[in-house]
Formats: sequence, C-alpha cells, structure tokens
Amino acid sequence: MDGFPILSVMLAVLAIAAAACFFVKAEAARMIALVATLIDLALGILLWVNYDIGGAQWQFQEEANLFAGFKYALGIDGIALMLIVLSVFLMPICILASWDSIQKRVGEYMAAFLLMELLMIGVFAAQDLFLFYIFFEAGLIPMYLIIGIWGGDNRIYASYKFFLYTLLGSVLMLIAMLWMVNEAGTTYIPTLMNYDFAPEAQTWLWLAFFASFAVKMPMWPVHTWLPDAHVQAPTAGSVILAGVLLKMGGYGFIRFSLPMFPEASAQFVWLILGLSMIAVVVTSLIALVQHDMKKLIAYSSVAHMAIVTAGLFAFNVQGLEGAMIMMLSHGLVSGALFLCVGVIYDRLHTREIDRYGGLSINMPKYALFFLLFTMASIGLPGTSGFVAEFLSLAGVYKISSLATFVLTTGIILGAGYMLYLYRRVAFGEQKNADAAAMKDLSVREWIMLGPIAAAVLWMGIYPESFLAPMRADIAALDARIARAAPIGDAKLEVGEPKAGAANTIDAKEHDGEGAH
Amino acid sequence: MGYLNSFYLSGPEVELSVAGLILLIVAAFAGQKSAKTVTALAVLALLGAAAFTVNLFTNSAFELGGDVWSGLYRMDAFGSFAKILIYIATIGCLIVAPKFFDAKGAYRPEYPVLMLFGAVGMGLMVSAIDLMTLYIGLELSSLSSYVLASYSRNDGRSAEAGLKYFVLGALASGILLYGMSLVYGFTGSTSYLGIRAALGDGLSTGALFGVVFVLAGLAFKIAAVPFHMWTPDVYEGAPTPVTAFFATAPKVAAVAITMRIALDPFGGNAAAWQQIIIFAALASIVVGALGAIGQQNLKRLLAYSSINNIGFILIGLAVATAAGAGAMLTYLAIYVVMSLGSFVALMMLKDSGGNQLETFGDISGLSSTRPVLAWCLLAIMFSLAGIPPLLGFYGKFVIFQAAVEADMVILAAVGIAASVIGAFYYIKFVKVMFFDEPADVVVADQSKARWIVLALSALIISPLGYLLTPGLDWVTERAASALFFVV
Repeated sequence: MDGFPILSVMLAVLAIAAAACFFVKAEAARMIALVATLIDLALGILLWVNYDIGGAQWQFQEEANLFAGFKYALGIDGIALMLIVLSVFLMPICILASWDSIQKRVGEYMAAFLLMELLMIGVFAAQDLFLFYIFFEAGLIPMYLIIGIWGGDNRIYASYKFFLYTLLGSVLMLIAMLWMVNEAGTTYIPTLMNYDFAPEAQTWLWLAFFASFAVKMPMWPVHTWLPDAHVQAPTAGSVILAGVLLKMGGYGFIRFSLPMFPEASAQFVWLILGLSMIAVVVTSLIALVQHDMKKLIAYSSVAHMAIVTAGLFAFNVQGLEGAMIMMLSHGLVSGALFLCVGVIYDRLHTREIDRYGGLSINMPKYALFFLLFTMASIGLPGTSGFVAEFLSLAGVYKISSLATFVLTTGIILGAGYMLYLYRRVAFGEQKNADAAAMKDLSVREWIMLGPIAAAVLWMGIYPESFLAPMRADIAALDARIARAAPIGDAKLEVGEPKAGAANTIDAKEHDGEGAH
Repeated sequence: MGYLNSFYLSGPEVELSVAGLILLIVAAFAGQKSAKTVTALAVLALLGAAAFTVNLFTNSAFELGGDVWSGLYRMDAFGSFAKILIYIATIGCLIVAPKFFDAKGAYRPEYPVLMLFGAVGMGLMVSAIDLMTLYIGLELSSLSSYVLASYSRNDGRSAEAGLKYFVLGALASGILLYGMSLVYGFTGSTSYLGIRAALGDGLSTGALFGVVFVLAGLAFKIAAVPFHMWTPDVYEGAPTPVTAFFATAPKVAAVAITMRIALDPFGGNAAAWQQIIIFAALASIVVGALGAIGQQNLKRLLAYSSINNIGFILIGLAVATAAGAGAMLTYLAIYVVMSLGSFVALMMLKDSGGNQLETFGDISGLSSTRPVLAWCLLAIMFSLAGIPPLLGFYGKFVIFQAAVEADMVILAAVGIAASVIGAFYYIKFVKVMFFDEPADVVVADQSKARWIVLALSALIISPLGYLLTPGLDWVTERAASALFFVV
C-alpha cells in the first residue's frame, strides 16, 4: 500500500460524489450516495486490513504544502482508525435509512450527508492542528442544513441552538490553538502531543479546549442542544449525530486535552468526574419520564457519554480502553436504536411511545433486533456495551470509588429506562389498531440492522479485534500522562499471584474421597 | 528625482485622470447613447491602471518603492496592493451597473466617469505621505461618492442617502482637518516623515488631541463604531450597485489610509492610539452584530455586517505589528470578494415587474425557486460569519493569529466570542432562504456580467480559495512590510 494516498482518495470520492448529487435527479442522487459510501466502506476496510498493528504509531501519512499557515497533513493511529471505520460503516446504513423517507430535495440531502462523512473522516485523519479545526468546525454547515431543512416541527429552534452552541464552544478553542502554535512553533499534531506546555498555561488551554469538546460531547450542563437536535433531525441525521458526531468530543479529549495538557487534565479530574456523575444520574432520570422515543435515546446518549469522559480521565489503560470501546459501542448501539425508532416512525409517523404497544406480536423480527440493541445499551454481557462499561468503570475505580459508585447507578437506571421503553413498545396489549397492523421488517431494513447487530455481538464476544489496533497508542498515551496521574482513593495493590489456576482443587482433600 | 520619474511612479493616477477627463468630454458631447461605450472604456482604463500597478508591485526594480513629487506621494508595495484591490472592486461594481439602471432607463455616462474619479482619489489617498495630498485624495473620492449615493435622483431614498452622506461626511472631513491642523501645529510639518520625527520624543497633549481627531475622522470613513450611524441609511438608500461600491473600494482605501497614518506618522506612538483602536474594534464587532439582528431590510443588514467586519479588521491594527498589518490586508482582500458577491446577489433579486426586492420576506424559500442563487448566498453568508471551510474563516484566522502572536490573547478571545453574536444573523439569512416556505417572487436574472461576478466570488470563497492563500500570504506580507520599512 506504499504511496497510495488512501485517505485522500476517501475524501476525494466523497467530494466528487457530493458535487455530483447537486446536479442529478432524486433516484440518481440516491444511487450515487450509496455507491460513494460503499466505496469508502471498502476503502475503510482496506485501511483496517493494511493497518500494521505494532508498527509505526502514525500510518498512511500524507503531506502537501497547499495552504499558507497550515499544511494538508493526514495520517492515522489506531484510535483514529477505529473511529474512521465506525464512520464509514454507519454511512451506507444512513443512506439506506433515508431511501424512502426523504422525498424532498434528495440531491441536496445526499450531498449534505456525503459532506458530513468527508468532514468526519477529515477530523479523525487530520495531522495538522488547523486542518483539524477546519474539518471540526465545517461540520456545522451540513448539520445545520440537515436539521433545518429535513427536520421536524420545531426544527428551526433546534438548528439555531445546535449551531450557536457548538460555534461558541469552538471559537475559544481556536484562540487556544493559535497560542499553542505560537508557543510551540509547529502545527503538527504528533509533535504537539509531546510538547510540554507550562502548567499554568495548560490550565487555560485545557479550559478552552474543554469549552469546545464539552459541548460536542455533550456533557451536562451544556447537553441541552442534543435532545432538541435529535428529535428534529431525520432518522439518518440522528444516527450520524449519535454515531459519529458525538465521538468528536471524545476524540478531542483523547487526542488533545490528555496528551497535550496532562497536568491540567489531572487538575480538572474533579470537574470531569463531578459533571459525569451528575450527567449519568440526572439524564438517566430524565430519560425515565420521556414520552418521545428519540428524546429518551438522546438522553441515554448523554448518560453513556458521561461514562466515556469519566473513563478518559481515569488516567489508566483500562479507563482509556473502556472509553474508546464505549464510543465505538455507543456509536453502533445508539445508531441502531435510532434506526429502530425510524423503522416504526416510517410506518406510523409518530415517536410517541404510547401510540405503540405489543409490537412483538405483529413485528417479531423487529422486536428481536430492538431487544438486542436494548440489551446492548444496558450493557448485557455478550454485547459490546458490557465490555465498554466494565472496562471504563474498572478504570474509574482506580481513582475514585465514589465516582464509580455513582456511575454504576447509571447502569441500573439505564436498565430501568431501556426496559421500560421496550416493555411499552414491544410487549403488552396491542392497544392501538394502526400500530398492530404494521408490517414486519422489509429487506432494506434487514440490510440496515443486520450488520450492526453482527458488529455489536462481535465487539461483545471478541473485543480484541477492536482493541488490538489501539493498544499501542493507548499505552503510549498512558505513559505520557502517567507523570500527572492523580492518586486514587482505592489504592489497589497487586497481590501475590497464586501458584496454580484459580479453580485448582487441593490434591489432599481428594485423597480421602478416592480411598472410599 | 525628475518629473519623468514622478510621472512614471504615479502612473496609475495619471492614466486614470486623463482617461476620466477624456471620457467626461466624450460623455458631454455624445450624450446618453454613449453610456455603454463609456463604461467599457472606463473598465479598460481601470484594467490598464491595475496592470500597471501589478507591474510596479512585482517588478524587482521598484521593490523599495520611491517618494516622488517632492515627498507628497509614495509608490510602494502597500499602496500598490491597496490600489489593485480598489481597481478590481471598482471594475466589479462598474460592469454590473448598466443592467441595473437600464431597467428604469436611468443609466448615464456620468456614472462610470464618477467612478473613475473616485478611483483616482482613492489611489491618491493610499499613496499619500503628506496630510495635504491625503486630504485632496480623500475629498476627491468622497465628492464622487456623495454624487453617486444620490444617483437615482427620482428616488427619494437615494436623494436622502446622498444628502445624509454629504452632511455627515463633511462633518467628518471637518473633524479630520481639525485634527490635521492640530498635528501640524504641534509638529510643524504636514509630511509623514516630519510628523514622525517630531513625535519621536513623545506626544504633547495638543498633538494627542490631533491624533484623536484624525482617528475620529478616519473612523467615520471606515464606518467604525462610534462613527457608524450613517452606514445603514446610506447603504439602504443608495442604488444597490453604488452600495456595492461603497462597501468595497472606498472601504479598502479608508482602511489603507488609516493603517498608513497609524503606523507611519503615528507609528512611534502606538501606545497612544492602541486603546482607541481596541475600543473601536470591539465596539464595532458588538454593535455591528447586535444592530443587524432586528433588521428586515437586507441592505441595512449588510451595512451592519460591514461595521462588524471593520471591527475584525481593526483588531489587526490594534496589534500594531507587521503581521497584524498583513492580516488586515488579507482580511480586506477576502472581504472585498465577499461584499461584492453579496451585493451582486442582492441586485439579482427582482420581481417580475423589474422592481428591486430587498427584504427577508422576499427571499423566503429562495432555495427551492432559485437554487443556484441561494447556494451562492449561503456560501457568502457562512463565509462572512467566518465558518470554515469557506475563505472568510481564513481572514479571521490570520487576524486572530496576529493578535495572539502579539500577546493580545484577551482581545482575541473577546473578539472571537463576539463573532458568535454575528453568526446569528448570518444563519438567519440561510434559515429564511432554506427553511421557510417559498415566497416565489424572485424571477430569473439574465445579466451575464452579474452571474460572472457572483460565480467568481463564490468560487474564490469556496474551499478551493484556500489554494490561493500561499500567494495571498506572500503578497500581503510584502505590502505590509513596505509599511514598516520607514523605521
């Protein structure tokens, strides 16, 4: 694969396809979008297959001096790789999800989605600080249009809120970036990741980055744009929002805040853990009382993202790995849950939970998928959610047992609101005649939900496939931040390992039995 | 230096003056029917002047520039850069005008002639290195502007705009002159070199008053808060091509002379005026943003947007470094493209009766009836708001980079946070065009010139425009360093 600029090709395919979508009719635009996203999926798989685990930290690097002030520099490590794979995996599914439900301005819609994908890949692959910022911020434009043009009733309020909130968060980050570049004399992210800024400056820089990432994440109390945006966005918009856009915040923390400002990160652990604890409990309780399915899942996203932030700031390998798996898992699971909502919304055009009921009778296949994703969201062993929650909380336990205690109640509450949702939608009586008459999954919907279900089980049963590419990068990050790691209250000590396996039974006791 | 040299280095002004005078005679004798020919010739003259200026800019023999006309006029990279921008902006405003006025049969050959004289005046003022030359250039361009503002003489709003502009402009010129006389009185010189030398050992109170009055007069010309009140009325009342002109060429010239005056004669006393500029910058950003929110008229809204943009440009001046000056020029170049594009797009909003449409209600749902126009406007609005990947972001980027490099992080942070307020009304533009129900009153525009200008500016501010940044960077750096060469 030497010399083949695979990342640039991924971006170029999307750019060309997006431009083409403007000029063609609805049918052709759908096909172009599907083909372009499938090509990118193929390229993404190629990327994964060719990624040399244990090789250089940064691979597939490209560089060109196209601009003044910053460079066109791309390259990925394991963390970026997994997030790119997640993006390209979800994208064709999003296109399929919008196949029939979007009828007005199809070309522009598809173009907006292709641009979104382009920008997301760009965010994860950028190796230049300002190139990253451009990709990071540019996502506002297509997302504003997606919510505003194709959204629901209250779409204008939601689109304004989304735009202004995230913009305000990001502009301060730009000033911080300018300061860093001025100080360190380079815009190259890998160099900056190993540059030691003065601890006093770190505090301010960290806060500026936090302002941006906390809004994108979103963390309590700046999460309020998310439920509004989700409810109003079309199904595919929600999938992308939950599946990939929210990961930009977490990616920002793991790529910038932690390695670039380790001391400041340690200084603000109390803030992150405090906000995470509040978020988990508060948003879970809010989710319990929702009548709107999408809002419920949106609040559950905030709760899950809180576990991600807590895991990231646990300053140990388990926490970081758990946070990464949580991001991947949440991308799949919440995306799938939004798709599940979309499936029945397309049939009945309401997201009101009470309008459904007893769907497992007339839609058994749908109910099965919905159950799987519900369980994955709760974190049932065997699904990706379990691996994610277990690792993150194990990591958090090392620094704060109180935080772990509170965060774990989130899992119980999570089980509460998800099972309650499932009971009201899928079980019970078929109290609404129109809901009872709905048809089960179509082939298109099978193609959408099937691969996600497989991926969720894969990640739950054999997470090693996903952890392996990231292991070296997370270890490097852990080594980088170790010097600032706060001392936890758990003070775990590694005991003497036992000589034999844990289930070895003492041979002596057996003797007597054998003598009988 | 001989006269020949003087003539050669001030070639663009000489050429344009001669062309303007000849065309004036042509217009007087040939009358109404020569309007199109005169316009074409004026565009040619401007192109020639621009080409000549480009030659002066790139020719290595003139790299250091030169003072001619006994120290009244300086040819340097800074002046040349500003002039190229001014000429290009004037050409852009000129070629879209005939179709606009034609609809009412109001196009006359005086229009291009006035534009030419305006361009001469602007060229003169950016090259001036003496308060006298500066004032003459300023008045020449201002007088052309007053007449142009009231060009649609049967339209009450246009006449009102011209009168308002004239009265307030005269007031500002008075303030400026008063400041100049104070500066002259306390330094004993009208030449920039003399003033700079005399102010070398600190400002006396009288001279400080002079500096403040000069800056106040200039703040009026660039429409910076608190001297911005005329802008919305004049922008709204003047015919749209004239508004486009006001928002581009005279703005470039006024910003350029502000830079030259602040950094050359008063350059040694930066600490004295920096806080004035910082206040004007932040106040312009905030007032420009807040004032625009309630507007229904698109031209008024763009007037507030220009106030807002001047605020960002002034941040570059407030840092008082070569990097800041370069950033200002970069921002200015991008701003000219964006303003030209936005006003040309406004000109294209006409109903079937040929009436000009200029309120939010008229562009409601424009994206479904006139998609290409709507998408161009969308790109321009996001660019004005400074959202990447459009080129408007690059302008803000270099300005704030200069501020951060000069250790003015707080100024940068406050300025950029205030830019979010501005984003509110830019995205309102997009909201009205894309999210609202179509009003379907705008008819298709046939003018090729307008489509060319709009397409070019949309292309430049698109992400492809970033490919121009290395060249732009090189040019503005050269122009800005010429300004600091005197030290």
